[in-house]
Amino acid sequence: MNVPRGIRGPLSLLVVVHISALLAGFLAPYNFVDQDRSLSLSPPSKVHLSDSQGKPHWPPFVYRLIERPGHFGEYLEDTSQRYGIGFLVRSSEYRAFGVYSSNIHLFGVSPPARLCLMGTDSYGRDVFSRLLYGGQISLFTGLLAAGLSLFLATMLGTVAGYYGHWIDATIMRIDELFLALPWLYLLLGLRAFLPLRISPGQAFLLLIIVIGIVGWARPGRLIRGIVLSAKERTYVRAARSFGASDSYVIVHHILPQTRSVILTQAALLIPQYMLAEVTLSFLGLGVGEPTASWGSMLAPLQSYHVLASCWWMFFPGLVLITIFLSYGTILRALQQGGFS
Amino acid sequence: MEFNVNYLVRRLSQSLFLLAGVSVLSFVFLELAPGDFFEEMRLNPQIPAETVSSLKHAYSLDQPLPVRYWRWLESVARGEFGFSFAYGSPVAPLIRIRALNTLVLTGTCTALSWAIAVPLGVFSAHRRGSTLDRVCELGTSTILATPDLLLALGLLFLALRTGWFPMGGMSSAVREHYGHWTEAKDASWHLFLPVVALVLSSLPVILKHVRATMLDVLASPYIRAAELQGIRPARVLFRHALPACVNPLISLFSLSLASLLSASLLIEVVMSWPGLGPLLLEAILARDVYVVIGVVMLSTLALVCGCLLGDLLLYAADPRIRHEGAA
Repeated sequence: MNVPRGIRGPLSLLVVVHISALLAGFLAPYNFVDQDRSLSLSPPSKVHLSDSQGKPHWPPFVYRLIERPGHFGEYLEDTSQRYGIGFLVRSSEYRAFGVYSSNIHLFGVSPPARLCLMGTDSYGRDVFSRLLYGGQISLFTGLLAAGLSLFLATMLGTVAGYYGHWIDATIMRIDELFLALPWLYLLLGLRAFLPLRISPGQAFLLLIIVIGIVGWARPGRLIRGIVLSAKERTYVRAARSFGASDSYVIVHHILPQTRSVILTQAALLIPQYMLAEVTLSFLGLGVGEPTASWGSMLAPLQSYHVLASCWWMFFPGLVLITIFLSYGTILRALQQGGFS
Repeated sequence: MEFNVNYLVRRLSQSLFLLAGVSVLSFVFLELAPGDFFEEMRLNPQIPAETVSSLKHAYSLDQPLPVRYWRWLESVARGEFGFSFAYGSPVAPLIRIRALNTLVLTGTCTALSWAIAVPLGVFSAHRRGSTLDRVCELGTSTILATPDLLLALGLLFLALRTGWFPMGGMSSAVREHYGHWTEAKDASWHLFLPVVALVLSSLPVILKHVRATMLDVLASPYIRAAELQGIRPARVLFRHALPACVNPLISLFSLSLASLLSASLLIEVVMSWPGLGPLLLEAILARDVYVVIGVVMLSTLALVCGCLLGDLLLYAADPRIRHEGAA
């Protein structure tokens, strides 16, 4: 596939983000459940190159944070000892890709110091590590749900468009039903009728299924339209008159024509579905604690104390906006026929 | 205006079919879901099992699905829309108050967004490539990439830092001693932040559409002709070009109307505006199912009415559609 220059940037950014989420175990210095209650809501660690006398040191180092005496939630650097940042250090065990067990992390500092590039949340968990682990949930819910949705849309849209008559009428009535419902309400409604307390793994699957099923209507309608016009093309009619079976015609002549719509819809749906997951988790209806999701990481901002004084809790939002901007750029390129 | 009755009847029956479908679907999902409002009670050792089962019987939760659906239809006919377990009252009055609050918010926003977006879109299409156009373009694509959630949180953050705006709710605590004027001022003060959030989230879409359709129309020969005749630019834009854009814009406007009850859900929750959003969320968390069904049905109704109104507007505005419908 020929990728035009304008969207190479956003596309490679997305690839990097997805790969980093998959490699979360290796890239993150801590596990997403590692708590340090003495460092609740601490700001991002300052990485120093020189000590207080101005003497330079290598590798870069951090100081241990201690609570300012008598001031709850305010922290001081304990400059008595330096903790150098090590690369490829051994610490907590993780499983890469769910199979390969390892304890080597890209970087880290030795305890009791902690290296929190994006500060900590109210349980003292490292926001940077949770951001990486949360990406596994948030990014891949979007991706998989969009996959499911487009799969359903292609199946139903093709069947409706190709076979016509009462099959078409039935599928399109159901399609209208889904289209007519307000999106977020449908999602919340469906979620309301499913069990509230479930394990994170189940919740992840459930979210993918619910979001995927809710969203098939619009792409389904578009695909049906394309199939309707595609099946009247002369070469399709020729193939049929030569005795090609329905399945052959659909797979070889009709489906290839839906490709550009499917690509455009994917660029549209994936960010929308990511946002759906983030929203549900933000409201406490998605993947629950302690598993990280970008939505549940943003949820503490609902308390005014955190909102007012902990700007680093906005980091997941910043990442979200960057990703949405990338998808927006890709979508515009696709709509202008950039891919060929 | 001649009116096509057949067309109206067909549209109305479609809408009724849709509403019925949604309500049946809700009840089927309800049946599939494990647990109910009284599940928590059963876990409490201080409440005897007989109490729970008698409560369930009183609310006819132990009945089969068709019976419950029929009971619900009866209560809809009485104008009650079921019974809320958590509030201990019929659903309709609960929803009515909240829906009015939501409408105050979304109505203001819809009016404001359209009032800003149409002139701005027309102008940036007219001055294509100018600084204003570029600023609009950049602004819309950035805001489109920012989720409502973050928009609301960001605004709250600003409000908290500056202290210029109240932090949520709909009115200050003490109201009795205020006059009407102070009360109105207080209310609009509280309305400000949610309105800004909602306008920011809906404005870019409208602006983009207005600009795109306007660009299409401005490229057509009759506009060139009008310009060459020496008609004032403002008159060309608003008298000659804008009416030609009205079709797609009416479709978009009907979407705005249709989402009057659903667009602000998240912003209401984040900014604690006492509308339908927080009610729905609480009901979901408490498994107060009839409230959920009531809210979902009401917003579907709003959607259906919005689309219907949009089609009627289109019918009134475009003679081509009228004749096609009559034929």
